[in-house]
Amino acid sequence: MPAVSKGDGMRGLAVFISDIRNCKSKEAEIKRINKELANIRSKFKGDKALDGYSKKKYVCKLLFIFLLGHDIDFGHMEAVNLLSSNKYTEKQIGYLFISVLVNSNSELIRLINNAIKNDLSSRNPTFMCLALHCIANVGSREMAEAFAGEIPRILVAGDTMDSVKQSAALCLLRLYKTSPDLVLMGEWTSRVVHLLNDQHMGVVTAAISLITCLSQKNPDEFKTCVSLAVSRLSRIVSSASTDLQDYTYYFVPAPWLSCKLLRLLQCYPPPEDGAVKGRLVECLETILNKAQEPPKSKKVQHSNAKNAILFEAISLIIHYDSEPNLLVRACNQLGQFLQHRETNLRYLALESMCTLASSEFSHEAVKTHIETVINALKTERDVSVRQRAADLLYAMCDRSNAKQIVAEMLSYLETADYSIREEMVLKVAILAEKYAVDYSWYVDTILNLIRIAGDYVSEEVWYRVIQIVINRDDVQGYAAKTVFEALQAPACHENMVKVGGYILGEFGNLIAGDPRSSPLVQFNLLHSKFHLCSVPTRALLLSAYIKFINLFPETKSTIQEVLRSDSQIRNSDVELQQRAVEYLKLSSIASTDVLATVLEEMPPFPERESSILAKLKKKKGPGAVSVNELEEGKREAGELNGGGERGGDTHSPTSLPLFSQTTITHSFSHIISSSLVLEDRMQNVVKNNHKQMFFCF
Amino acid sequence: LRIKGNSMESKIRFILIQNRAGKTRLAKWYMQFDDDEKQKLIEEVHAVVTVRDAKHTNFVEFRNFKIIYRRYAGLYFCICVDVTDNNLAYLEAIHNFVEVLNEYFHNVCELDLVFNFYKVYTVVDEMFLAGEIRETSQTKVLKQLLMLQSLE
Repeated sequence: MPAVSKGDGMRGLAVFISDIRNCKSKEAEIKRINKELANIRSKFKGDKALDGYSKKKYVCKLLFIFLLGHDIDFGHMEAVNLLSSNKYTEKQIGYLFISVLVNSNSELIRLINNAIKNDLSSRNPTFMCLALHCIANVGSREMAEAFAGEIPRILVAGDTMDSVKQSAALCLLRLYKTSPDLVLMGEWTSRVVHLLNDQHMGVVTAAISLITCLSQKNPDEFKTCVSLAVSRLSRIVSSASTDLQDYTYYFVPAPWLSCKLLRLLQCYPPPEDGAVKGRLVECLETILNKAQEPPKSKKVQHSNAKNAILFEAISLIIHYDSEPNLLVRACNQLGQFLQHRETNLRYLALESMCTLASSEFSHEAVKTHIETVINALKTERDVSVRQRAADLLYAMCDRSNAKQIVAEMLSYLETADYSIREEMVLKVAILAEKYAVDYSWYVDTILNLIRIAGDYVSEEVWYRVIQIVINRDDVQGYAAKTVFEALQAPACHENMVKVGGYILGEFGNLIAGDPRSSPLVQFNLLHSKFHLCSVPTRALLLSAYIKFINLFPETKSTIQEVLRSDSQIRNSDVELQQRAVEYLKLSSIASTDVLATVLEEMPPFPERESSILAKLKKKKGPGAVSVNELEEGKREAGELNGGGERGGDTHSPTSLPLFSQTTITHSFSHIISSSLVLEDRMQNVVKNNHKQMFFCF
Repeated sequence: LRIKGNSMESKIRFILIQNRAGKTRLAKWYMQFDDDEKQKLIEEVHAVVTVRDAKHTNFVEFRNFKIIYRRYAGLYFCICVDVTDNNLAYLEAIHNFVEVLNEYFHNVCELDLVFNFYKVYTVVDEMFLAGEIRETSQTKVLKQLLMLQSLE
């Protein structure tokens, strides 16, 4: 058993803990605990008033029992009594107990607040800190009401000890976060900001957290902190290694304080004052320079501390997005880290570069690292690092490298963890659409997505490819041919059948001339998958079949026989049965003209609704969008309506004959065609992935 | 101009020290969770960090947060922070804290944390408070701890 310190002994506690550790089973442990609880209960109820030492010991035992995982329903009163002791060790245990086992009994709260009040006015810094820590740890509304006025006073008073100031600053922060309405900074603002100049670095460290939070909520009132923060940072960064003795960590001066100062500066735009800005830029350059210097120590703590500052500085540079020189230098530094032997640094460099990729000043510089990033995607052993590489590829993608990046992402997808596949699929789909110059490439990419990761290809993705094929004459033949070939695969994904069924139904005629893809061959190919598919897919296929009857009269009898079979017209699913019956009837009674009209080629999908409109509609409801806004939305025709004379049509479902309406409403009319739908979907998937990430190894 | 993180939440959500078997040696919470949620979090954190090895980073995405962790002998020291927080700064905050424990308990071992659990909270509160870093100077922290040690 390790030596218990001389100060407070509490031998009884040590013995009890030993006993618990020596218990051979859970039952034995519970037995021992119950025995102790009974003992403590009787001591607390006893006639004799307990002395402070005993009370402390028993309250501490109760706390230990609670932390083991057992419920404690008494002891609060005794803990509160300890608060009024004038012995530190007794007070400390009392405060610890009530901070861990927070009780909402109003009488106890009143007593606790009273004790805190006494300690705060005691002028004993140790007691003051205990009280402040309790408030910071519990942070209840009642405490805020009682003390929110007092604490700022303590914080800025001239005679407050440094350690008390540190605790007061963070205590005030806690109260501000939980009860902002009760913390009125007004008269304290300038003196709190001035804490940035305190000669005690610990006070500055604590105060800056408070100031940062307040600045985020009240930027104008606290903006004087910017120049003070720059001065402070500048002094630290240029200090000799012998200054800041107590705050130098592995040869790095005040690393945490430096990071906090850089973080505070990220709450504001670049300083307007030329001198301040100049000093800050100099600072940032010094930090970047230091990264190139040989390290003062081989210890990883040294490089981590140095790099913590570096990454935060880069974060600030990215936030400003206004100094091209700094952005490019940052990019180069990160580029070096991409190949560092430490996984942590490679990870952070990939992550940081992702944000750099979206800056116009550094986008090109980021692109130069594409090969390294692709290599990371293929070879990194930690999946989270591979994911950052994928994110970076997505961020750096533009016209010039889209084909290469999409190809790499598809190849990655073949072996990617299941948890990230949906996100990858959406990213590939978005990139393919955004940067397609050649729409046959786009069609290939989406079909590849379905082939590689069919389960993760959501509806939005394959609806989109169909919309695009419908709207673009130039890719319809290619789509039909490609989808026909893809369907030849013995085990093709159901999403491929859906896409294939729809496209062949619309454009099968474009490849029907070739005997290898004659109408009957197409039909048999589709029908061979029929029994493997779910109900919605079968419904889609039935629609394709009736379209075939219209396109290829020679298939009529074959298809009618299929429609006529019991498994169709007596299908237990209402939708399938209805379709089979109606299509069969339609094919028998309609003349070829009527059939051709009803089963006319699908019109182009309505134009992309502008994202602004979509947001407006969401906020205000459908009726709130004015005619002008609608017109503007129409004018925002996407590149997707590239089919020449077909662009610009807006067929609303109600203007078409009844049967077509059925097929449209059963298919896609509810989709507002937009890749923004895909992007929304991706944001949701990414959010969910963060929650599930830990399942992949 | 983006505001970093959600300014009204604590930076640090919790600090955990767990051993490989899953026993918690310290749990300091800076955000409200009820007892069931705390238990679940403890189990999840344990599951996440114990499967990782040298080829992994010291950072793990965890729910809407992230965990910065490091293993010292049989103990995992985990700090749960906001996704926008500085990973390396917190990694070294952990190390700073461990060095203080090591100095204070004279080559600290797991049992020291068990038998002196109530003192570990004091060390934590010297260095971290209200979900933020409070003091980083080992010299100052140790001086304060020794002074408190001498009090009755």
